[in-house]
Amino acid sequence: MKKLIPVFITGLFLFLSGTAQTQTFTDRGKVTGSFQFDGQYYMEDDKLGITEEDLDGKLFRMNGFGNIIYTNGNFRAGFRYEAYLPPIAGYNAKYEGHGVPYFFAEYQFKNIQITVGNFYEQFGNGLVLRSYEEWTLGYDNSIRGARVKFQPYKGIYLKGLIGTQRYYWEPYYNGNRGIVKGFDAEFFLNDIFGGMAESKTRIILGGSFVSNYERVQDKTLVRDTITYQYNLPSNVAAYAGRMRLIYGGFQFDAEYAYKINNPSAMNNYIYKNGESLLANVSYSKKGFGISLSGKRIDNMSYKSRSTEIGEALDINYMPPLTNPQTYSLAAIYPYATQPNGEIGFQAKVNYTIPKRSKLGGKYGTKIELNYSNIFNIDKQAVAEGIPVDSTGTLGYKSDFFAIGAPKYFETFDIILSRKFSKKFKMILSYVYQVYNIDVIEGHAGEPMVFAHIGIADLTYKFTPTKALRMEVQSLFTEQDRGDWVMGLLEFTIAPKWFFTIYDEYNYGNPDKDMQLHYYSAAMAYVQGTSRISLSYGRQREGLLCVGGVCRAVPAANGFTITLSSSF
Amino acid sequence: MKKFSMIILALLIGFSVYSQDDKKPGQKLPSIDLQTASGEPFNTANISNDGKPIILSFWALWCKPCVKELNTIADEYYDWQEETGVKLIAVSIDDARSSSKVRPFADGNDWDYEILLDVNGDFKRAMNVNMIPHTFILDGDGNVVWQHTSFSEGGELQLIENVRKVAAGEAIDKH
Repeated sequence: MKKLIPVFITGLFLFLSGTAQTQTFTDRGKVTGSFQFDGQYYMEDDKLGITEEDLDGKLFRMNGFGNIIYTNGNFRAGFRYEAYLPPIAGYNAKYEGHGVPYFFAEYQFKNIQITVGNFYEQFGNGLVLRSYEEWTLGYDNSIRGARVKFQPYKGIYLKGLIGTQRYYWEPYYNGNRGIVKGFDAEFFLNDIFGGMAESKTRIILGGSFVSNYERVQDKTLVRDTITYQYNLPSNVAAYAGRMRLIYGGFQFDAEYAYKINNPSAMNNYIYKNGESLLANVSYSKKGFGISLSGKRIDNMSYKSRSTEIGEALDINYMPPLTNPQTYSLAAIYPYATQPNGEIGFQAKVNYTIPKRSKLGGKYGTKIELNYSNIFNIDKQAVAEGIPVDSTGTLGYKSDFFAIGAPKYFETFDIILSRKFSKKFKMILSYVYQVYNIDVIEGHAGEPMVFAHIGIADLTYKFTPTKALRMEVQSLFTEQDRGDWVMGLLEFTIAPKWFFTIYDEYNYGNPDKDMQLHYYSAAMAYVQGTSRISLSYGRQREGLLCVGGVCRAVPAANGFTITLSSSF
Repeated sequence: MKKFSMIILALLIGFSVYSQDDKKPGQKLPSIDLQTASGEPFNTANISNDGKPIILSFWALWCKPCVKELNTIADEYYDWQEETGVKLIAVSIDDARSSSKVRPFADGNDWDYEILLDVNGDFKRAMNVNMIPHTFILDGDGNVVWQHTSFSEGGELQLIENVRKVAAGEAIDKH
């Protein structure tokens, strides 16, 4: 079967490309696509401790993909070819190889859409189901199977799906992972009920149900010389309800999800049910926006294989409540969602001081404030003498609204940006972070990190299309790797050329031998949708996170080339 | 397997050459169900601007150059609209982490754009967007006539130059 799939796709596309030449299809048929090639050439580096042995002869590594979509009227089909030869340092070694992990055909017939093959889907906020891909992380949990979308009436959207999830290159066969089934309904009340069409209040309701079937595994536990057999469920269900209410500039969103007991390697095989709540309220008008969010996650890891502990086979998604950091030193301590339990709050404010006002200046000034605070949930022993999280038990009891210990993460940042003249702009930023490196990075016993970061980002335009940008960043902390300073210069000639040099210097590292410069030089050329970039330098060890999912990036020294194009 | 990858490679190259020829009539937008920032269901096949040009810009809260590009255009947007009738649709690819913060962010930055939420990247994938910012110009009939990735200071000049040509019904240089 595995061999047949590529043959089938090649055949399909040969057929389509053949027929596409004929008159009837050129009128309507379209082929679009995109490619990307990321290559790295690695070199030894005594200071970083990278030896010939570490490189193991794999001096050049590459990740690449080619994506093709064929569209003809209501029909769409496509595939993605991927190659990791071998995967770039930091990506899961299980990716080594190449093939076609993604292919689909889709047909829209009036109000019904059917997809067979691979697809990405999200129910609500993803608390019970989300399949997605993130190339930079090497994350892909696409579902292979079938999906139907149906719109029976104006404002009513129904979706149903069944399939198995991608696990690197390992094909699905009986019992090596679960079969995921799901159903979702969404109701836009203002569109359904004619009387509400003109109403200022918009209401959207939704609900989802997901079930994962996994062949029951044999698992035993020996305690006091007695052997216990785990009674593991073969079907694990989860459901969620959500609402969204909009009134003028006000908006309220909430979703609650519940999952029945799902003992797994992720939660140390406890039998507690899981739940999560995500709520957000915001208000905005022109020039001002504020949003407040709250979240509670309790034992909500939901994977389609109960023994999996890596970043794979996730059925659901739990968004982190932190502001993503875009400046490099502010991104040294990123937050990763803790699926076994966390409770957190976030606030974000954006304000534009009007132009031509005393404070705002000629072009206006923008202010952004972010605050997040995240803790463990409250966890109490289920019975005397049984420690919290003991395997084979109900795990713990938890007060829904209580804040537990320890603190996982806290951040406050303020960003001011102002254009002073046609030629000069400046962004100033201050970030304060408290980071539980023990929990988030698994560095057992390391103390909490407290970091202060200051950033200045200045842009000067010599001509309308030639500009020089300068960044200066400084991070102060007494913990972990100590203080850092960073400088960057970027010269651009719009819209085609980019030249960048930067250096991150870890001058405060308590280990004198590790007080290193991480320098880099890069250039990029853009032509339409094609981009080629080449860089040389040192890469600092750290975490690369997108959407609360992280990948460890090892220290490296060498050349990187990226080619990307779409048509 | 090796043979297969060679076939794929040949097809990819073949397709790219072929699609270049095919590009003349432009590419119409795929039909994807999204929501507007103010909670209305919206299908991307319905994107239109009464026969006038449209700028479609893929962005996210975490993308610094995207926000820079949209802020830069915001300073000129009124003049651009008056001159060419252009409309900018900013498609946010923020996921559930930030999608509910997109509207307050856009309002707080004083933007006048129409905002669409592509929370699971369906529209992004259908439009073959690899990296953001990725900006498209659509002509009055909804055909993609120009596209570009990345942004640097002054990049907006090329964008409006091309919008002017589209508004005047002139052909534009693809790159």
